[in-house]
Parts: sequence; C-alpha cells; structure tokens
Amino acid sequence: MDITVNGHKTFCYTGGKTQDRSKPTLVFIHGALNDHSTWSLQTRYMAHHGWNVLAPDLPGHGKSAGDPPGTVQAAAEFVLALMDAAGLARVAIVGHSLGSLIALEVAGRAPERISHLVLAGTAFPMKVSAVLLETSLKEPLKAIDMVNVFSHSMLAPPPSVLGPGTWLYGSSRALMRRVLASNAGVNLFHIGFKACDDYTHGASAMQQVVAPTLFILGKRDQMTPAKAAQPLIDLAGNNKVLLLDAGHQMMLEAPDGVLFAIRDFLAAG
Amino acid sequence: MPGYSDPGFDTLALHAGAAPDPATGARAVPIHLTTSFVFESSDHAAALFNLERAGHVYSRLSNPTNAVLEQRVSALEGGIGAITTASGQAALHLCIATLMGAGSHIVASTALYGGSQNLLNYTMRRFGIETTFVKPGDIDGWRAAVRPNTKLFFGETVGNPGLEVLDIATVSAIAHEAGVPLLMDSTLTTPWLLKPFEHGADLVYHSATKFLSGHGTVIAGIVVDGGSFDWARAFESNGKFGELAAPYDGFHNMVFTDESTVGAFLLRARREGLRDFGAALSPHSAWLVLQGIETLSLRMARHMGNTQRVVELLTSHALVARVGHPLLESHPSYALAQKLLPRGAGSVFSFDIKGSRAQGKAFVDALQIFSHLANVGDCRSLVIHPASTTHFRMSDEALAAGGITQGTIRLSIGLEDPDDLIDDLKRALKAAQKAGV
Repeated sequence: MDITVNGHKTFCYTGGKTQDRSKPTLVFIHGALNDHSTWSLQTRYMAHHGWNVLAPDLPGHGKSAGDPPGTVQAAAEFVLALMDAAGLARVAIVGHSLGSLIALEVAGRAPERISHLVLAGTAFPMKVSAVLLETSLKEPLKAIDMVNVFSHSMLAPPPSVLGPGTWLYGSSRALMRRVLASNAGVNLFHIGFKACDDYTHGASAMQQVVAPTLFILGKRDQMTPAKAAQPLIDLAGNNKVLLLDAGHQMMLEAPDGVLFAIRDFLAAG
Repeated sequence: MPGYSDPGFDTLALHAGAAPDPATGARAVPIHLTTSFVFESSDHAAALFNLERAGHVYSRLSNPTNAVLEQRVSALEGGIGAITTASGQAALHLCIATLMGAGSHIVASTALYGGSQNLLNYTMRRFGIETTFVKPGDIDGWRAAVRPNTKLFFGETVGNPGLEVLDIATVSAIAHEAGVPLLMDSTLTTPWLLKPFEHGADLVYHSATKFLSGHGTVIAGIVVDGGSFDWARAFESNGKFGELAAPYDGFHNMVFTDESTVGAFLLRARREGLRDFGAALSPHSAWLVLQGIETLSLRMARHMGNTQRVVELLTSHALVARVGHPLLESHPSYALAQKLLPRGAGSVFSFDIKGSRAQGKAFVDALQIFSHLANVGDCRSLVIHPASTTHFRMSDEALAAGGITQGTIRLSIGLEDPDDLIDDLKRALKAAQKAGV
C-alpha cells in the first residue's frame, strides 16, 4: 500500500493482508541499499498471524519517493511521521543493520510509542571502513560486490525469499543494484553507509528505550560482528540476545530462526 | 566466506547449494526420491502453502536435491535463483507461459535448435502467441520486429548448428528499449564459456541434458533468473507483465513484484508454471546433472581442445567445402566470438561435404567412434545430418536462414583421445570420397 508521508508517496509492504486497526502493528525497517523485500518471509508470516505489518521502502529507495534520509536521526523522524500518517499510536519495530539504528533512534525519541524493539545485525558504533566508504562513493558497483561477500556466510543456504533454489549471493547483489538504480539522482549506497558511520547517538538512544529489546546477531556476521552489539546490550535494560548460525543477511540465511525469534519475543509480551 | 571476491567457478561447481547432510553426514548430495515432505504442524503446512515460510511441500513444486542443482547453476551463471524442469524444452515453455498469454508476441533468432523453432513457429501460435524470427546478426531487424504486444526477445548464445554468436549486449539493449527482457538459451556454451547475465541478458535457460550433465544419461532443463529486469517498472510504463506486477487471483491476489523486488519471475514460474503445467524434474535426474557439473570446467576445456584439433583437420581436407566454426576467420561471428567467447565457441558445429547426398551418408555410416544419434554435449563424440533429422520439419527457406543445407553435417566433439577422433574422421572422409567415384 502507498501512504503519503511528508508529502511523498511511501510504499509499504503489508504481507499480503489489508490493515486491521484491531490488531497491533509491527514495523520492519530495512538496511542500507535494501528495500522491504529483504523481510519478505518474516513480514508475510507475521501479517498472517495476528499483526498488521508495515515494511516501508525508506524515502528515495525502491518504490518510495522523497529525499533519502542522510542521517539515522532523519530516518527516525521519517518513521515517526509514517506512524502518524498511518494513524499508529504505538508499534513494535524491527530493524536490520542501518535499519536497526533507525529503529533504536525511534525507540529512544518516542519510547512511549514503541512496545517492542528488535535489533538484528546491529552494532554501535556502526563504523564503516574508510576504504568501503570511499568505494561506495566512487565505485558503488564494486562496493556492492565487497559488501555482498561480507554479508553472506554460506554456500548452501536453506530455502529462502524465493523459496527453494534461491541463490542468496545473487539475489542480494541484484537487490542492491536495483535499489541503487531506483534513484539515479543520488548515491543511496554512500548515503546509507555514511549515516551508519556518522551515528553517535546510539548509547543515548538506548538509555531512553523502555520497550523490551531483542538482539538477533549472527555468529558469522562479518559486517556487524556479534561482539559489536555488546555496548548496546550492556545499556539495554530488559533485553534478550539470540545468536544465530548465520551471517549479516540473517533474515535470508536463517529465515525461520529470525522469524521465530521475533514471533516468540512478541508473544512473550 | 572471507575475502573480497565471490568463490571461484570450480569451488561453486562443487559446493554451491550442497553442505554435508545434517541428518546423516553424507558428503555427496543425497537423492531425495520422495513425493512429499511431512509438515511440522498445521501452522507449518499453512505457512508453506501461503509462502509465509520457505520449504518443500511436494516434489512437483520443489525438492531438496533439485534445489541444490538450482542454487548451483544460479551460482555459476551469476543469477538470483533457478527452477529445474523436466527438459530444456520445458524450461523454454515455462519462461514463455510465465510471461505472456494469447495475443502476445516474441522476437526470436532464426538460429535456434529445431525443437525451439518448432515450439515458437507452430505450437505457441496455436495458443495465440506469435513469433517474428530475425537473423541473429541483423541488429536493425531485431529493432524493426518489435510490436506493441512484444513481450520477449529470445536467442541462443551460439546458434545450433551454425554457431552464429549473438551480440547479447546490443540485442539486450534493444530489448530493454522496447521494455522487454532478453531470454538466452545457453545450452551450447555453459557458464564456463559465457555468462549471458554479464552482457545484459535477463533470463537464461539450459537443456541440462547436454554439457551440464555431460554424459548423455539424462533429460533435464533449468531456468535461471538474473534478477535484472524491472517487471514493476515495465508494467507502470507499458502495461506489460501484469502476470508479475498485478494481483494474481490464482494465488490470493499476490502481487509478485511486491513480494520480491528482483525475483517476481521465479515466484510466479514456480507457483503457477510448475504447479499447473507440472513439467518437474526427477530428483534422480537432478543428481545426475549435479554429478556432471562437478567436472564441468575440466570437461569443457577438453571439449574445446578436441574441437580445435577437429576443426584444423576439416579445414585442410579436400572433401570439405565449409567448416562453420567461429574459430575460423571465415566464420561471420569470428570477431564477436573472440570478444565474448575467449575460451572457445563450443564443440557443436557443422561442416559441408563436397559432393552428393550419398557421399554424406557414406561419411556418417563409416564413422566408428562418432555415434550417429540425436543429441549434443555428450562426453562421447556424436554426428547427425540435421536436414533429415533434428531440423526436418523446417522448410528449405527456414533451413537456409539457420545456415543449414542438405549437405550439412553436425558434429558434437566429445572427450575421447583427439588422435582417435582425427583417425575416425579421416577414415570416414576417405569412405565418402570412394562413394563419389
């Protein structure tokens, strides 16, 4: 469905269901140079199991218009504006990578509006190497290949977003290329990475969070190694940590593991 | 995997899609000969049927052994995923049936395998899908053939049997200008010789019966999606591909392009094409293809080496009027092959014998190592007379357009000792000379 946010069309995947105000809402935030479809399995299941699901393409990404947010704070403001536009007073929120920082910042800015916080593939600080930042700026296709290799950890992943026969190295690369091409006016890759690198407010935001927080981390994550989440874990009051046998793209490499973690965490209240 | 680069070709050929079996520790890929898969619970069953979770339900739709093959060929081609099919013909049909219905139009190369030409020129017309055939090198012809209802461009990486090399980058650019994808039959080249996605193709299929399997034991096909074609954008701009970008009432009004930004084609092809047409591949056949792929690079290198020796013999022989291989500067695709196919342009090619049809027959009958049969891409060397067999339904005009005459003989060069192949051909050419006396 399309929702107008700040005057711009925002595409939100709803998991194949229409919105039902009697149900609680779960918002999924994608990472840099991704879109809603990186969450397709988890979103579709949750939408058919008692939740309204909103998985937006961030502004300027994929099917959403508007200027891409240049900072985590700007992206968090967008998410809060999206909630306002959709008439959502309170939601559970899930974010991956850059999306996890955005979800964290939302939960820190408006703690009363977040019932549950799920941070997948997260780290704070989420520094990006100078080489990768530079490459993402000057040779984004090359940077995509670099990130793609670091984001996957297995040559024989289980059935995933396209069902059996999905080749994740290829599908993740194709998605990043597609999202990059979706906005010819800017370099979405560099903007996203710079937002990660520049974000210094994570500890402060975590201290403001009141919602129970779930960390989903990958044992084989080379982009945001599991230990890099420890500063946030140490600050999170009511938290749970789950370590999955997967790399950074854990939603794709361990789709059931991520799904069950979210489902059970939300069910626990 | 550590490092900046994707795993290499041979590593992927051995490992992509396959890990030690968690239940038994089996290192080789198990053959899952089962029709169905037990659900963990009623919720699991419902979630699988509704695409909320990924997994196996019924082997017409997917199977763990087939999934290994799908991941492996996707990895080798640089695609996002694949679907195995009962044959290469089933793979081509699955592509067409997923992308269009009656009232649609295809632009295809004239240099096609006879079965593909037959499917497009006769069978699909009966279902309301028209095809305009264009010589692969006629770039203006590809552009001129586009109609408002065109949905697909289609060609072979190298034409069968003339080995006309398609300028994939140029033809794909024309297809994309027209808002349609380019489908490539990559059977004769395999990803070891050429990866069409790197040059602009959007979909690739193989008759895995041939070089991927490599041993003449199995009929199989596979479709790979490059994930490059933007179906949603095409639907917005020209109204095409509502099959992928509009609600599908055959599956709960699913909009496949919403479900997957890059994989809508594969979602619909499996959920509709395999479900309804049912041209599924046996897991045993998938396993045989996997066995072949494990040695693909070794075999292809030998195929290319042996082919070079045979081409050298034929070009120097007095009874041979023409050798149609892009290794030769006389071939119209020589320059393009140098650019696109530096490792070789395939081991299936044709040549023309001087003299009567009887001499051609004498040549075929005198061969002892070459097997006279209707296949290519076997580890054994093969020979056939296309005009009377594989392409017999085609008119003389269509044959000529495909570079085939009554005197054309097609060879598929295998992996035997090259000296023995040379001796066999020399003996048969001598027999043909005698038949002309």
